[in-house]
Amino acid sequence: MKKKKMFTGNMRELTMLVALVLIIVFFYIFTDGKILKPMNISNLINQNAYVVILAIGMLLCILTGGNIDLSVGSTVAFVGACAAIFIIEWHWNVYLSIGLCLLIGILLGMWQGFWIAYMNIPPFITTLSGMLVFRGATLLILKGGETIGPFPKEYQSLSTGFLPDIGGGITLFGQKLNLLALAVGIAIVVIFCAMQIINNINRKKKGYETDSAIALIVKMLGISVIVLYLFYKLASFKGIPTVLVILGILLLVYSFFTQKTVRGRHLYAIGGNMKAARLSGIKTKQMMFFAYTNMSFIAAIAGLVFAARLNSASPVAGQSFEMDAIASCFIGGASAYGGTGTISGALIGALIMGVLNNGMSLMGLSQNLQQVVKGLVLLLAVAMDVISKTNVVRAPRAKKTATAVVKS
Amino acid sequence: MNLELQNAYQVKDNQNIILEMNDITKEFPGVKALDQVNIQVRENEIHALCGENGAGKSTLMNVLSGIYPYGTYEGEIYYQGKLCRFRNIKDSERIGIVIIHQELALVPYLSIAENMFLGNEQANAGVIDWDATYQKASKYMAMVGLHENPRSLIKDIGVGKQQLVEIAKALAKNVKLLILDEPTSSLNEQDAKNLLDLLLRLKDQGISSILISHKLNEINYCADKITIIRDGKSIETLTREEDISEERIIRGMVGREMTNRYPAREPNIGEVAMEIRNWNVYHPLYSERKVVDDVTINVRKGEVVGIAGLIGAGRTELCMSVFGRAYGTGISGQLIINGQEVHLKDIPQAIKAGLAYITEDRKGDGLVISNSIKHNITMSRPAFISNHGIIDKDLETKRAKELRAQLGVKTPTVEQNVGNLSGGNQQKVLIAKWIFAEPEILMMDEPTRGVDVGAKYEIYEIINDLVAQGKSVLMVSSELPEILGMCDRIYVMNEGHIVAELENKGVTQEMIMGYIMEDSKGDIGV
Repeated sequence: MKKKKMFTGNMRELTMLVALVLIIVFFYIFTDGKILKPMNISNLINQNAYVVILAIGMLLCILTGGNIDLSVGSTVAFVGACAAIFIIEWHWNVYLSIGLCLLIGILLGMWQGFWIAYMNIPPFITTLSGMLVFRGATLLILKGGETIGPFPKEYQSLSTGFLPDIGGGITLFGQKLNLLALAVGIAIVVIFCAMQIINNINRKKKGYETDSAIALIVKMLGISVIVLYLFYKLASFKGIPTVLVILGILLLVYSFFTQKTVRGRHLYAIGGNMKAARLSGIKTKQMMFFAYTNMSFIAAIAGLVFAARLNSASPVAGQSFEMDAIASCFIGGASAYGGTGTISGALIGALIMGVLNNGMSLMGLSQNLQQVVKGLVLLLAVAMDVISKTNVVRAPRAKKTATAVVKS
Repeated sequence: MNLELQNAYQVKDNQNIILEMNDITKEFPGVKALDQVNIQVRENEIHALCGENGAGKSTLMNVLSGIYPYGTYEGEIYYQGKLCRFRNIKDSERIGIVIIHQELALVPYLSIAENMFLGNEQANAGVIDWDATYQKASKYMAMVGLHENPRSLIKDIGVGKQQLVEIAKALAKNVKLLILDEPTSSLNEQDAKNLLDLLLRLKDQGISSILISHKLNEINYCADKITIIRDGKSIETLTREEDISEERIIRGMVGREMTNRYPAREPNIGEVAMEIRNWNVYHPLYSERKVVDDVTINVRKGEVVGIAGLIGAGRTELCMSVFGRAYGTGISGQLIINGQEVHLKDIPQAIKAGLAYITEDRKGDGLVISNSIKHNITMSRPAFISNHGIIDKDLETKRAKELRAQLGVKTPTVEQNVGNLSGGNQQKVLIAKWIFAEPEILMMDEPTRGVDVGAKYEIYEIINDLVAQGKSVLMVSSELPEILGMCDRIYVMNEGHIVAELENKGVTQEMIMGYIMEDSKGDIGV
């Protein structure tokens, strides 16, 4: 009998994870190890946080049937512009302004969700409209395209800041380390391992299938090493970036949502077969509305983070972000037809894109070449998946043939 | 019988073998789909290919038509005495072998003529000659008895006529050997009979057919020979001179004697579980069209009630409209469950009220093919495996395994995608999905459609199990023997209304068809 899925169900994710590691090794060799310098890792996180955040939201849209949201780049710009107006022009309280900006994101999402879910306008059209409208609105409120900045320190720390250390850090092996980062890293490892073990014990008690001891150890060891390495690197620079906290929370919440909740399950069912989902009592319209409302909410978070990073609101902020987010999801194993894909896959996809960008910059390759490489990687990743599946029976797509009465 | 004599005469007259497939073996990774299959087809012959789902019929035909090219299988194909090595479907079509798949390959927004010459355009130097196209189309349409304008769009003609277009398309390619994969599965009885008669006519004109069908009465009606395939092996070939009764064919297909195709049941019928009174439903798009007309029916606890009727009689629409208004507009009437009137506004309410609707179209409306068995099963009532909306995955796996065992779904693991299962197993997963929701009243729409004989029997046993637990089953079926074999009581429905209610004692197929015909006649008089 098969054990828990770790090594079976997630083959695509696993291959992409291996690919990510290989890419990192490649750049490690060709950048003389620069890519894994503590400062660079910290930069990597700060630079790519917005892509990962957007990919999380985009994944939910893609799950509903390969639907994408083209408007997120414009939403990022619009929300950033709103934040600048509130905070810089009108001198409102930073936290109140952040709250308002998130609310604006939700409203934009509800607008799009309404047309998509309840008026049956194809998501591509609706969000293409949103892309133009929100970009235009950004230019309008920025009075024809001025850049507004800088933001106060308090707001900037959203994206560029680090969590304050506890007790001034410690010195280990002649190196000054951030104590908080070390402590958090260790805490995560301990909690993760404890949860795995407790889960398995509980399963055994209830007579359910359990992980084999080896799989369990490999899993715990693998995750522990990665986490400890990452936090050790962070500790030897300035500690934990604030944005990593935001990212971590979003990743946890949405992983839990998609994997463990009934609502999350519904997203997969809708993408797999809308009609069957409806006849099973799933409120398909409500879920579509949710997916798009959520997407703009997530885009608002990304907008706030990105504005903080730029330290200004720019009318061209967020251009082609939607493409990065979409590409991340597909590289990470989401199906272009919907119904399959995971948050962790989207994270891996975004990291592959981010590392490629960063590594090529370190090697001194031009922006233009980077675009070419990223585009090819996307095609390659999806092609690999499709080719590996050609001999496997797959879901028949709704063929546009004259099968009025399809029977099996 | 005339037909039999006629066939016997022709077999004697034509000893020429048109097709010979020798020792065909085809392997997929991990599966031997075909194992030394042999089949011989003579000229002027209708050769039926029978076997359970997954026996390898379609694989064999894909080998023959070049979909699986030469080199991917072992064995030899001789066509008109010549060894064939098809690289693709064009190769086989060039010499007159044409396959018509179960799911028609027509483009809905193109005309009949355009479809007929798709890929085979009547053109000079790449420029289409429309006059020749329409003229030839009319010629072939006349040959198959299709009386339509060749300029009509495919989407505007019925499925029966679409099937004729496919055959006309084959004729346009100079077909000598026509392969039909379940050609009548989506046709009503009249259209199906027309199609079979056409095959018989084509046979007289020198076109042989290989007919894949689950419907044994059709095979009996038109086949000269029957080759039976089981588990990838050709078991035997029966000819008309021998015994080709349905029982005989079934014995070959399942490898054992099936004395009774419908398992016996001790009737234990209680009080009325659901009553539908004066139920009216209008078409969702053409809201002036009445689809269900003043229907009043009831189902008792422990009872299997059948709704017989032709395709389009409104049976599916009736069930779906009751199931939380999943179909139609302007729904009116009373729905009474366990003596209390209920108003079910949407599907979640219907499920809570103890209803289940098991669709006739398991791939289209029933299952999420890309999801695992367990996700499909628990989809109907996730509340049973979750707490405050959070899924207990271990409990889910456990419940899915229990249902897999209960319904005899043949698969090693519940993690498997349902797309990888055979039709019979998919149907069982679909039923499992609704049993999981713990309904009291199950509306089963064509519960054994496209399922082989062995799996059919198992599904009947599941139905018997359900009513033995005091649940009620309302069964829609277009197969009258199934209705007669399984139901305690039968409603006959035609054109939206109930035309008869029959206690299933001494009811015959002819009686049911009689009620339908009688009712339709009245309509024409108006």
